[in-house]
Amino acid sequence: MRQAEKGSWNPYLAGALSGLVAVLSVYYTGKWFGASTSFVRTAGMIEELFSPERVARMDYFIKETPEVEWQWMFVVGILLGSLIAAVTSGSFRWQLLPDMWQARFGSGSKVARALTAFIGGAILLFGARMAGGCPSGHGLSGIMQLSVSGFIALVCFFAGGLITARLVYGGGKNR
Amino acid sequence: MNILLWGLVTGVLFGFLLQKARVLRYDKQLGALRLIDMTIVKFMLSTVLVGMVGIYLLSDLGLLAVKPKAAVLGANIIGGLIFGVGWGLVGYCPGTSLGALGEGRWDAIWAILGMIFGAGLFAEVYPGLKRTVLAWGDLGKITLPQVLGINHWLVIGAMFVLVLPLFWWFERKGL
Repeated sequence: MRQAEKGSWNPYLAGALSGLVAVLSVYYTGKWFGASTSFVRTAGMIEELFSPERVARMDYFIKETPEVEWQWMFVVGILLGSLIAAVTSGSFRWQLLPDMWQARFGSGSKVARALTAFIGGAILLFGARMAGGCPSGHGLSGIMQLSVSGFIALVCFFAGGLITARLVYGGGKNR
Repeated sequence: MNILLWGLVTGVLFGFLLQKARVLRYDKQLGALRLIDMTIVKFMLSTVLVGMVGIYLLSDLGLLAVKPKAAVLGANIIGGLIFGVGWGLVGYCPGTSLGALGEGRWDAIWAILGMIFGAGLFAEVYPGLKRTVLAWGDLGKITLPQVLGINHWLVIGAMFVLVLPLFWWFERKGL
């Protein structure tokens, strides 16, 4: 069995508690977990600084108004909650290169990591908006409603990810 | 309470739990995609198992409404696969990228900037996609119990029957 890191919680327990939080959120506010739409709103808010008339005419920004709403605050809350948990458990660490990445590409791969993260991020969010959600919206909220779209999307998220991870790291289990 | 404040509080709780279970990290996300560390899968499946019982219990009691996203085969499958490719490169998803930044993993900044860029890009091409990919194979807002024509509790029961042995297998294999 894998050695649990000090201060960490069992993932089954933390996951189950998250399920409880998700249900209470829908019960009290009617809001389902999700994250990727907030990146659209943020892109719209940034573009509004340069050409508000253009943003006002664009179909997608008419559909997803560039504004701060429940989900946007939820996503900011994830950052704060993680910060609180990390600082109080002593697991906060400034780190640019993830351990697994560094073991594969070396400590001189900082620019490569930044580029990969940026390009991958762009691909990922584009795909999430095409699919209509991310692992939160489709994977968690979708599957807890037993929605067909949630199951299809989650399988495809992992299928694409498994193939890419294999291309990046090769087969085998060496880390 | 103000709806924005609810969003923040819900996000803080979720972010706290994500960090405690150590699922925010690149190493954990790639670990799952390389099939060597199933921590995030344990977390997600625990969340949805608790979530589906809670959601359908409250729905049966008339206390909330299930609101599945539409299943659109073209969008869900193609978008899902594109998401997966990006995910395998980034090692964070939209929600966990903010959480990763919260625990000091600042390569997430590049990922977040990329995601905002990808969202902006999607908004540019949305009018064309709306007529094509986003309309291919639109099955409507359907759930698995509706498709199978059986009671939702049978589907939920089947999910437990499938997932609990999977958990047992993960632990046995030390994944």
